[in-house]
Amino acid sequence: MKEIEELFLPDNVRYAETHEWARADGDNMTIGINDYAQDQLGDIVFVELPEIGATFEKGEEFGTLESVKAVSEIYMPVSGEITAINEDLEEAPELVNGEPYNAGWIIEVKPNDPDEINTLMSSSEYLEMLKGGE
Amino acid sequence: MKELQGASGLIFNEPLLWEKGKKGRRGFSMPRRDVVPSPLDEGLAGDGPDFPDLSEVDIVRHYTRLSQWNFGVDAGMYPLGSCTMKYNPKINEREASLPGFAGAHPLLPQELSQGTLELMYRLEQYLAEITGMDAVTLQPAAGAHGELTGMLLIHAYHKSRDSHRSKIIVPDTAHGTNPASASLCGFNSVPVQSNEKGIISTEAVAAIMDEDTAGIMITNPNTLGLFEENIREIAEIVHSKGGLVYGDGANMNAVMGIVQMGKIGFDVMHLNLHKTFSTPHGGGGPGSGPVCVKAILEPFLPVPRIIKKGGEYLLSGDFPESIGKLQAFYGNFGVMIKACSYIMSMGSEGLKRASQLAVLNANYIKENLKDSLYLPYDKRCMHECVFSDRLQEAEKITTLDMAKRLMDYGFHPPTIYFPLVVHGAMMIEPTETESKEDIDRFIEALKAIVAEAGKDPVLLRRAPTRPKVRRLDETAAARKPRLAG
Repeated sequence: MKEIEELFLPDNVRYAETHEWARADGDNMTIGINDYAQDQLGDIVFVELPEIGATFEKGEEFGTLESVKAVSEIYMPVSGEITAINEDLEEAPELVNGEPYNAGWIIEVKPNDPDEINTLMSSSEYLEMLKGGE
Repeated sequence: MKELQGASGLIFNEPLLWEKGKKGRRGFSMPRRDVVPSPLDEGLAGDGPDFPDLSEVDIVRHYTRLSQWNFGVDAGMYPLGSCTMKYNPKINEREASLPGFAGAHPLLPQELSQGTLELMYRLEQYLAEITGMDAVTLQPAAGAHGELTGMLLIHAYHKSRDSHRSKIIVPDTAHGTNPASASLCGFNSVPVQSNEKGIISTEAVAAIMDEDTAGIMITNPNTLGLFEENIREIAEIVHSKGGLVYGDGANMNAVMGIVQMGKIGFDVMHLNLHKTFSTPHGGGGPGSGPVCVKAILEPFLPVPRIIKKGGEYLLSGDFPESIGKLQAFYGNFGVMIKACSYIMSMGSEGLKRASQLAVLNANYIKENLKDSLYLPYDKRCMHECVFSDRLQEAEKITTLDMAKRLMDYGFHPPTIYFPLVVHGAMMIEPTETESKEDIDRFIEALKAIVAEAGKDPVLLRRAPTRPKVRRLDETAAARKPRLAG
């Protein structure tokens, strides 16, 4: 497993306490899990995705990730409606491990409130939270 | 340490049965035909089954060789937490092979099945006595089937009172199958967190228990190996709002003859005959998950039920509120014979002693290893103890590495990465089976592995080296499973 210093936490996404990230792309927002989460989970073998059109509140579970160790829930970093899901993950769940911020994205949502993303943490704030938790 | 238990020796590669043998080879001689051949109508006959052509020795060697690749409780210690891999006494096999039992058929008329029905009737009574419950069904095929039965019973109970409830509370220290069983029955499972002592607090349950909640599913002792000390108060809270309490009895091996589950608030619970009552499992045989209930749930038990009328045992379907049938017949009868044999050979004092020794063994391991492995909940445990890999983090050695290395030392690895509330969990359940010498050997092996983690971590990362196969690619197996040969 990676040391905290080895984690890749890019500045162009915002971070939730439950280790998801969100990135504004026009009107919509792309959501995935971050490098720390994928590293802790280990090799991901299955991703359970929500239905397009489903709506979730912030903090609500929208899917699950199954790794060789365990099954974990994934939570909405913002409230909104699912507009797209990453169907590539069905055949290639390893994308979540290999490229968590790019090809390993999980869902795209239309947020109820586009400004809600600002309630999430920046890269440095998230890093502080991880260090505090050690 | 004296000589290591684990050694490597000559074992054999073995192909599939279909790759062995030769066309026309047989394992037995057919008797001479003494009637005139009468061919079947072509329209009724199809191709024969694809069976390999083998001699007796081909088959015996095949299975003997496969058994040499395997590890079972007859070969060594199998401390798989939450699974109660206790020894399966051979007397159970002897009883189950008695011709009257082995030759029984479920379609025989009841008057010719009195012995099998009596055994089932008596086993129900024993299990009711052991749990302190009022009535029992033996039908469920295994533990999770028992959980589903329990959920169906709870649903039937609420329905009979015209109460419609949609939720079931499931603590994070419950068995992983609990929320699945609740969901399968159509309930939404609502998680409740255990507290810093590793048990559920009454406040946490009080905060979420409401009139839309059908009940709670509690594993006691829980999957941290800890007794739910607040169980009575929790049951009171659930009962006061009209809910019922389901007990997952998978960990019953800690409390036989000590705790009367019926008296501490459980309304319904299942037992695993293949854990607590010494019948083989884990590929060794099917399971059996009897469900025990309090009188309020008795009318809903599955049919047919075994009743005694004028000295005769009968199967009765005359229970109009019953949830119905769960199986084509009456459950896994062979397992019931073995469990009954175990209960009768042990007697009530013997069962209590088994639980006491199971708890003593787990605490002995916990005390002896707590300086080597991180112990997240340092208090007296029940029949199993949970460590983690936190002290090995600096060497980047994980629970998986240590578990794999244990194989080289000749032990089956413990349960790993469960329960989920402990990061990198290693859950050890020695059962009452093991002698002090064997447990000491196990402790020494784990201490040696911890020392290796500091000195030569590569040894662990490469482990196991002695079994027939090395470290398997679990990721590829899960991502791209090969479901056919």
